[in-house]
Amino acid sequence: MNPKLIARRAAGVGLSDIWEKVEASERLSVADGLRLYEHDDLSLIGAMGDHVRRRLHGDRAYFNVNQHINYTNLCNKLCKFCAFQRLPGQDGAYCMTPDEAADEIRKRLDDPVTEVHMVAGVWPQLDYGYFLDLLRAVKAARPSIHIKAFTMVEIEEIQRVAKKPLEEVFADLMEAGLDSLPGGGAEIFAERVHRALFPLKIGADRWLEIAGTAHKAGLRTNCTMMYGHIETLEERVDHLDRLRTLQDETGGFQTLIPLSFHPDNTEMDDIKAPTAHDDLRNIAVSRLFLDNIPHIKAYWIMLGVPTAQMALNFGADDIDGTVTQERIYHDAGAQTPQALSRPDLVQLIADAGFVPVERDTLYNVVKVEEIPA
Amino acid sequence: MVSRAVDTICEKVLADEAVTAEEGLVLHEEADLATLSLLADHVRCRLHPGASGRTVTYIVDRNINPTNVCITDCSFCAFYRRPNQDESYVLPREEIYTKIDELRAVGGELVLMQGGHHPHLKTEWYCELLSDLRNRYPGLHLHAMSPPEIHHLSLLDDCSVDDVIARLKAAGMASIPGGGAEILVDRVRDVIAPKKTSTDDWLGVMRAAHAQGLRTTATMMFGHVETAADRIEHLMRIRDLQDETGGFTAFAAWNYQNQKGVELDVPKTTPAVYFRVIAISRIVLHNVANIQASYVTQGAKAAQTSLRFGVNDFGGGMMEENVVSAAGTFELIELAEIERQIRAAGFEPRRRNFFYDIIDERGPVELDPAVSTGALT
Repeated sequence: MNPKLIARRAAGVGLSDIWEKVEASERLSVADGLRLYEHDDLSLIGAMGDHVRRRLHGDRAYFNVNQHINYTNLCNKLCKFCAFQRLPGQDGAYCMTPDEAADEIRKRLDDPVTEVHMVAGVWPQLDYGYFLDLLRAVKAARPSIHIKAFTMVEIEEIQRVAKKPLEEVFADLMEAGLDSLPGGGAEIFAERVHRALFPLKIGADRWLEIAGTAHKAGLRTNCTMMYGHIETLEERVDHLDRLRTLQDETGGFQTLIPLSFHPDNTEMDDIKAPTAHDDLRNIAVSRLFLDNIPHIKAYWIMLGVPTAQMALNFGADDIDGTVTQERIYHDAGAQTPQALSRPDLVQLIADAGFVPVERDTLYNVVKVEEIPA
Repeated sequence: MVSRAVDTICEKVLADEAVTAEEGLVLHEEADLATLSLLADHVRCRLHPGASGRTVTYIVDRNINPTNVCITDCSFCAFYRRPNQDESYVLPREEIYTKIDELRAVGGELVLMQGGHHPHLKTEWYCELLSDLRNRYPGLHLHAMSPPEIHHLSLLDDCSVDDVIARLKAAGMASIPGGGAEILVDRVRDVIAPKKTSTDDWLGVMRAAHAQGLRTTATMMFGHVETAADRIEHLMRIRDLQDETGGFTAFAAWNYQNQKGVELDVPKTTPAVYFRVIAISRIVLHNVANIQASYVTQGAKAAQTSLRFGVNDFGGGMMEENVVSAAGTFELIELAEIERQIRAAGFEPRRRNFFYDIIDERGPVELDPAVSTGALT
């Protein structure tokens, strides 16, 4: 992309000032972020996102080979947007023992899996030892695997049953095998949305406090934003701004994963899911606004293949992985396949115009793939 | 990396100059998708200035395939059956009436009628069908008989394509759909459709139709055995004929759907290839006013995204799509959902007729001077 093309377009639609900042790697203000969210010119905003994305990552696009374990769907948080949560005795309720979770790992020992992504509901009858045993069992089943586990929401619960300071909890979890944290449970930081949709779950301040403490303990984490429900565009920018502020302090976030709201089978199924336009604009604005978070992920499970592939051209540099056994989004009506094969993923990335690079959880290169003819 | 060749072509496109076949190929092979989005959107805005640039049209129509009997044996086709084969059919007239009654009930204005190359149904049979429908449904637009069907009739009846067109037109055929184009390069047709109308004959039918005052559409099915250069050649052939006649109203493209059991077994191209091809089509076909989405094959999300890759029309709100649905991709979206998709992308939806006149009760879109059309200046 020739920057002059973008400059001409930006001049035509009144976004020159923002483009000049983007080109000069200057930080965008909250007002700038809002103007981008309110603008319909997806070609331009996408091109700006692409410009930054290529400055940071060149023509690489990352994927990883991972495995999901959702160890329980028992949960007492009753979030309105969730189709995954169950109470004991409800149809489909389950809770894996540590050994059952390890079985899931053992089933795939022949696959070159580098990471397990392990998140679940919050269930108060699980004691501290359960979580430590879960980590130990998974690590014992596959010592080389990177365990990315427990959202800040689960950490809150684990600390409650541990009855210890967070720092000590993280030390225990790391000793048991925890390598990093995912970024879920952030939803939208605005207190208005918190009260309306997930009042029983931790709010913004606590989420950010736990993330910051994890970073200081030496754990990298991701972060998320769930959009497309009742939040306003101002609340989206506010969310990104709070992530950016914490990142200035700790530098511990690796990746933002924007989560497109899936309404099916939730209490909020009267809301229409965001369209591809909103998904793509959100990817681009996130890339432009978050100048200090290295990666933006287009989670194909959630976006669908066409949008995830385009997102790589509008700001995202990571398409997630060869996910298997994903439950949370599929319970909420995700129509995407349960898994993509490695050749499928490589082809998707190559057709999007990038070099497919398999990464590990911490973005070390595992393998640079040949581009298929 | 910024390619100098791509840069030079970008300048030409922004200066509203036509690109050559060589330049089209460079864009296809080297330009990134963000660049193609900007260029295609520029061309869209230039061809649809002002309020029309904020409008995305669609048509309420219905597909009717009078027969699936076909003797042409294209290796990619999931729709056809050989004569007397199981599941072969010729639609009873009553069934056609029922389908059109349902279309009229929802205010639909157009029937898209295409079918197999039946060895015994001659021009007379189609003329009788068309005139019956015209008389029974005044005001209904009969968008019927793709070029290979017309060519097939000229062979069956041993008469000229001109004669076939004249008779069908007199019977009620109001325009001709651009089906059966596949890739308009004989090297490709010899592989996937050796018995089908050749490139020159396909274009010859369109030329003859345009000469008789009929407007037509054009299509391309990509993603099988063709090369990027073949795709560009296809577009150039359409553009050249359009320079000559101006008869094409619109262009649509889709990728080969590769249904199980069909002879031609090649992997389906990924959605990014569609965005690339549709954007390049918009850029190369600067003389064809409208580019249609293909949501039946691409799905709603990709159809919406294509609005920033040169597409200005959502095509038909098809109530039924026998040909493509047989290939396993049928997807019906309600009109409300189409309108939501269009609005969410920042455009205003409007119903149109075949000629792209706005026939929407809301009237044409009024331009809000505060809102930019997004065109490059």
